[in-house]
Amino acid sequence: MERRTLFQGWKLPVALVLPQLLLTFVFFLWPAGQAVWYSMTQQDPFGLGSVFVGLSNFRELFADPLYVHTILRTLVFCFAVSALAMTVALALALVANRELRGRAIYRTLLIWPYAVAPAMAAILWLFMLDPEIGLLGHPLVKAGLPWDYHVSGLDAQFLVVLASSWKQISYNFIFFLAGLQSIPQSVIEAARMDGARGWRRLRTIILPLLSPTMFFLLVVNLVYAAFDTFGTIWALTEGGPGKATETLVIKVYRDGMINQDIGGSSAQSVVLMLGVIAITAVQFRFMGRRTKT
Amino acid sequence: MATLELQGLAKSFDKTAVLHRIDVSLQDGEMLAIVGASGCGKSTLLRLVAGLEQPSAGRILLAGRDIIRLDPAARDIAMVFQNYALYPHMSVFDNMAYGLRIRGLSKAEIGRRVQVAADMLGLDALLARKPRQLSGGQRQRVAMGRAIVREPQLFLFDEPLSNLDAKLRVQMRAEIRRIQRNLGVTSLYVTHDQTEAMTLGDKLLVLNEGRPAQFAAPMEVFARPADTYVAAFIGAPAMNFLPATMGEGGVVATLADGARLVLTDGARPGLAGRKATIGIRPEHLVLAGKGGGDAGGFATTLDLAVELIEPLGSETLVHGMLMLDGTSLTLVARLPGGPPSLTDGRLRLGVPAAELHVFDGETGKRVEVG
Ligand SMILES: Nc1ncnc2c1ncn2[C@@H]1O[C@H](COP(=O)(O)OP(=O)(O)OP(=O)(O)O)[C@@H](O)[C@H]1O
Ligand SMILES: [Mg+2]
Repeated sequence: MERRTLFQGWKLPVALVLPQLLLTFVFFLWPAGQAVWYSMTQQDPFGLGSVFVGLSNFRELFADPLYVHTILRTLVFCFAVSALAMTVALALALVANRELRGRAIYRTLLIWPYAVAPAMAAILWLFMLDPEIGLLGHPLVKAGLPWDYHVSGLDAQFLVVLASSWKQISYNFIFFLAGLQSIPQSVIEAARMDGARGWRRLRTIILPLLSPTMFFLLVVNLVYAAFDTFGTIWALTEGGPGKATETLVIKVYRDGMINQDIGGSSAQSVVLMLGVIAITAVQFRFMGRRTKT
Repeated sequence: MATLELQGLAKSFDKTAVLHRIDVSLQDGEMLAIVGASGCGKSTLLRLVAGLEQPSAGRILLAGRDIIRLDPAARDIAMVFQNYALYPHMSVFDNMAYGLRIRGLSKAEIGRRVQVAADMLGLDALLARKPRQLSGGQRQRVAMGRAIVREPQLFLFDEPLSNLDAKLRVQMRAEIRRIQRNLGVTSLYVTHDQTEAMTLGDKLLVLNEGRPAQFAAPMEVFARPADTYVAAFIGAPAMNFLPATMGEGGVVATLADGARLVLTDGARPGLAGRKATIGIRPEHLVLAGKGGGDAGGFATTLDLAVELIEPLGSETLVHGMLMLDGTSLTLVARLPGGPPSLTDGRLRLGVPAAELHVFDGETGKRVEVG
């Protein structure tokens, strides 16, 4: 349905849109523009002046094998987080969609983690999995399990994937549950009478009907894992040990804020920005096509 | 031979009883039409047979075998849902083939069965389409096709035509009947349309708030309704009811205005001295001569104050009020031909004695001669 409101003149519409435009400008366009500008400059070592260097920051960036490594590491991290968060959320939603006793409590509890601040969540995971003081980690180490994310890169990666996924499960759960509830009951019953059960019904009826939800969530989860996990990772490992858990945003922060390489860090930001624009464009195309048919 | 027997079937949700002791028995290939007002438990009855709900009591025997414990898939029953319930992401072909693939039929056999059903239903050109690219009538056919290819022992139809327009409904009604006869599959057909019920069913089950009001052949239900609920439900316009008192050994019914109706078919001694409800169908009322007074040939004549005349072409519906000792009753007559001429807005209608139905005034149950 299309709704159109016709305004007389242009002053009122402009006045109504202005606050939004100002916010977008101050918090997005202005810093983004600055980042683009800085990405083409080189700061002198004392931060007193800068010179225009064109695309040389970008050239340096992609010539650096460490950066390419970070990109790959980030991709793996993003897909791992998305896969884990979506699989667990879907399983939970399938259970919550059944006729269950205490269903309302179960659903409410599952939504809570979403409200926990990233750093808080990270601390909670530390209390659980720290090899020295963790409620779970310490007994495991005592039982002989070689577990120390301060030392082992693999352990640290496992930890950040776990903590980051946990945050996103609630969000996915809500969407999956809504998606499941929008599947007509009679379609499921028709499938029952056709003899489809369990895994087969899930694969041939439920998942295909959930695919718009899944695609949407995949994009949201990838973007989340790429950007919103900064707080969680920084609080857990600060990107370490070594660079084992250093994703692109961590690297941007480290290079820009700690190593004071404003030009190089800005170039990285611009690359990230292009990435988001690409993902969003793909999503809009798909979503647009879906709603039109 | 797929006979179907429901024995004392009952269903309660939590504490609310929705179905009470349904007994039905069908021969192989028979179609049972189930009618009743909205919410009387028709869909629930079908869902019990389908296995989508578990009954609280009773047995379901399909071909002599109790299927209560069986999973819906194992019952060899196919259902056509009211909203069709097609798989939105599958083509018409896949919608029909889905159940067959799960049953492990060969590709060739699946192709053959789908082709036969598609030919039968005129879906040939649509096999590659998705449900959203079909009209309501076409979706309905696909839903039928999905049931047919299964070659089940029992078909279940839950108001399959209620989402179609009037013309298509009449057309599909005949088609469903034809297909069901040709395939010879025992069927249950739920509807709240009494015309559908009358024309489709070999047997008719009228449900009244979860209770079986009558189970018989359609014409039997029409000719001898078991109670006033059935009498009012089957037949359009609905049967007229006149409150009366029975006297003189149950032969004469006296209306409130003193008019006497002599029951020519015989006495109802059980009702003597008690209240009764006399039923007469609108089409059985006839124009009485203008003479008045004399009830020549009729059990009685009624003086109707006409309120509305609906000419339908070949016949005319006359709605009016009947004053019986201070209380007024609405009455409908269905007269052949065009609108009758009125005298002072009134019409005298004769009540043929042979067409009267007698019901107990308190229980509403039909009372037979003897
Ligand atoms: N799952 C359920 N839980 C509780 N009550 C139910 C449930 N399903 C049906 N009912 C109740 O059972 C009664 C019969 O419902 P049913 O759907 O069988 O009616 P129906 O005859 O098919 O009506 P309609 O003609 O409107 O389709 C209704 O009063 C309904 O509220
Ligand atoms: Mg129903």
